[in-house]
Amino acid sequence: MYSFQLPEFIIDRAADRCIRCRVCERQCANKVHSYDAELDRMFSGEKDCVGCQRCVVLCPTLALNVRPRTSDYRPNASWTRDKMQNLKKQAQTGGVILTGSGNDKPYRIYWDHLVLNASQVTNPSIDPLREPMELKTYLGRKPDSVKITRCADGFEVETESFPNVAIPTPLVFSAMSYGAISYPAYLSLAAAAKELGTLFNTGEGGLPEHMRREYGGNAIVQCASGRFGVDADYLNNAQIIEIKIGQGAKPGIGGHLPGEKVLANISETRMIPIGTDALSPAPQHDIYSIEDLSMLIYALKEASNYEKPVSVKIAAVHNVAAIASGIVRAGADIVAIDGFRGGTGAAPQTTRDNVGIPLELALAAVDKRLREEGIRNKCSIMVAGGIRCSADAIKAIALGADGVYVGTAALIAMGCTLCQKCYTGKCNWGITTQDPFLIKRLNPELTTQRLVNLMQAWSHEIQEMLGGMGINAIESLRGNRDHLRGIGLEDWELNVLGVKGAGE
Amino acid sequence: MQIKFGYRDNFLCEIRPTGLLCSECMYIDGSTAVIEARDLKHKEVNDLCREAMLSGVSKIIINNVFGQRYIGTRLYNPDGQHKVTITINKFPGNDLGIFLDGHRIIVNGNAQDGVGNTMNEGEIIVHGRAGDVVAMAMRGGKIFVRDNVGYRAAIHMKEYRDKLPVLVIGGTAQDFMGEYLAGGVVIMLGLGLKENENHRANYIGTGMHGGVIYLRGHVEPHQLGKEVGVRELDDLDWQVLQTHVHEYCRHFSKEPAEILNGKFIKLLPVSRRPYGNIYAY
Repeated sequence: MYSFQLPEFIIDRAADRCIRCRVCERQCANKVHSYDAELDRMFSGEKDCVGCQRCVVLCPTLALNVRPRTSDYRPNASWTRDKMQNLKKQAQTGGVILTGSGNDKPYRIYWDHLVLNASQVTNPSIDPLREPMELKTYLGRKPDSVKITRCADGFEVETESFPNVAIPTPLVFSAMSYGAISYPAYLSLAAAAKELGTLFNTGEGGLPEHMRREYGGNAIVQCASGRFGVDADYLNNAQIIEIKIGQGAKPGIGGHLPGEKVLANISETRMIPIGTDALSPAPQHDIYSIEDLSMLIYALKEASNYEKPVSVKIAAVHNVAAIASGIVRAGADIVAIDGFRGGTGAAPQTTRDNVGIPLELALAAVDKRLREEGIRNKCSIMVAGGIRCSADAIKAIALGADGVYVGTAALIAMGCTLCQKCYTGKCNWGITTQDPFLIKRLNPELTTQRLVNLMQAWSHEIQEMLGGMGINAIESLRGNRDHLRGIGLEDWELNVLGVKGAGE
Repeated sequence: MQIKFGYRDNFLCEIRPTGLLCSECMYIDGSTAVIEARDLKHKEVNDLCREAMLSGVSKIIINNVFGQRYIGTRLYNPDGQHKVTITINKFPGNDLGIFLDGHRIIVNGNAQDGVGNTMNEGEIIVHGRAGDVVAMAMRGGKIFVRDNVGYRAAIHMKEYRDKLPVLVIGGTAQDFMGEYLAGGVVIMLGLGLKENENHRANYIGTGMHGGVIYLRGHVEPHQLGKEVGVRELDDLDWQVLQTHVHEYCRHFSKEPAEILNGKFIKLLPVSRRPYGNIYAY
């Protein structure tokens, strides 16, 4: 389709292994492989290969090897292959370069420069296999103080309590809309959340009516600029209502779900006609200020009879601490921060790779600011964007997060290989596609189990690390930066993170 | 020093118990509840509305409303088809009927910003003017505003299956009317404009990709968004228009023939996918 493009991948096929079973041909939605009956030979058209590795892992004889083709042009640290290929595409089309998934540029990953503490001699470590280890987390506003009075049959809490949602582990599935991901993928997230007793996030694409009764009790529902699928029933069936202001992968811009993806089921869920573009404007047009945000927060509380916490999700940007303070003052019960490595179904590459700040710094700044202002208890902090393992999650909690959104990691558990072609609708793994042939590749029962396994493994790892620190409840680690030390960081970075250097 | 914390306290501090308010500020007479809203906070008014609805009344009259927000919003009733008619005397606050789900609201006075925001079903009739973002993301039901409306009216209205949102504006609107319009019918009658005076709005229908706007009165081409095409009305259009104009006239005691005699144009999106080709895949 584009001229002057070099293939991005090289496909090696071991002729002595290939048995011409044509699995690779059937598995590739990009039509890379083909069979010539006359010659009884498989051919591969490398220019359409996205490197998703589906054919490689399904080849029964392991005859295929797909690897990046990196160094065809003269090596140049400034004019990289990526940049040159994009220039050629743009010269041809005049278009905005699209991409999917999260920022893949080599910015510093602060998780990898933070290390955790463990107990030695002076206080004993705890073995979570033998002793209770509490990961239970409450999301929502907490009172400034609690007044308890003695009454005839025990004690009574006098203080007004706010709606809180209890989850057995601080891990929650990230916002991924039905439309961006396939129905089996969406259903798997919901079912896994239900089985674990934790939450999944519907994203801004609505919650199908037939799923509301069964999975509403585990749903965070979003109200975003497009207001797709938002009605009173949707809001009242959720556990938490989230106002989506921004997304880490594309701060400041909206989204376009192309009309060809709006098939019958998605049209029903989003409540728009089949085949029309689902345009999410960049801002919410009823929110132009903190005052307006406050208005929508309370509108959502009114609509749900003040029974549910309201969350506000923002992308991590330069003034995130001040913005978060405004959000809490506007009445939000939860502030969700999405870092610039967060994923997306589609975003302009230039935005994904260049806009926003790392989650680690944003989280530390927000937590510090809210503490300084004495309003940290008035909200929970949820973080998203590039949480790759349980260690990232536990470090986020030590930096002040209450809960951790798991997005890309969950997709990888389902089969995703981060080929970054989510926006093409041709996901060979059946995740970011609406093609009825491709979505059958996901069996919701199996993927649900994979997601449950992942979360359980992470939860257990978190318990092990907590025990090692001599802590028996995740609440004791929350915002406890004494348990973190930095390695290889500059002073300003340690300062923003609020941690000491290792050995200090 | 006691510093008031943000907006929460302004909205929700010292909320009186609903039971107390029921006896002091509301009386129910048969199928009608009358609420005296003077000095009530928005939550208190809505607590009473909900209480009234749950008691089974079909009419709620709220007197002396002065800026209380979200009236009609808390009336979600999961198992009931029970719908009420709310009459508001004087001036409701922002987000009147946001997420409204089938109830009918009549305002005897002006309304503020966000009337019928993300409304799902029902009817709002404003005997006066309305502020900004009227009918934003409205999905179903009808809104009639007798006079002018503010900025960003009918942004991102959309239709769905049997739901067809209708917004009728008696006067004119400010900029960005019908931006991102994805479905539904917007009618702007231009009553109150002088002869040969243009409608006030610029950027009408920018990013429009569905629905239809009927305009009575003058607009210059530069007032229209790039994604909008101007058409003459056909027979079907006249039928739609007549139905809604007659309804408008019934609500506000006006003469339909006089209005329908005016010159109308119809605005349609030129593409269902206005931004389909700005990307390189």
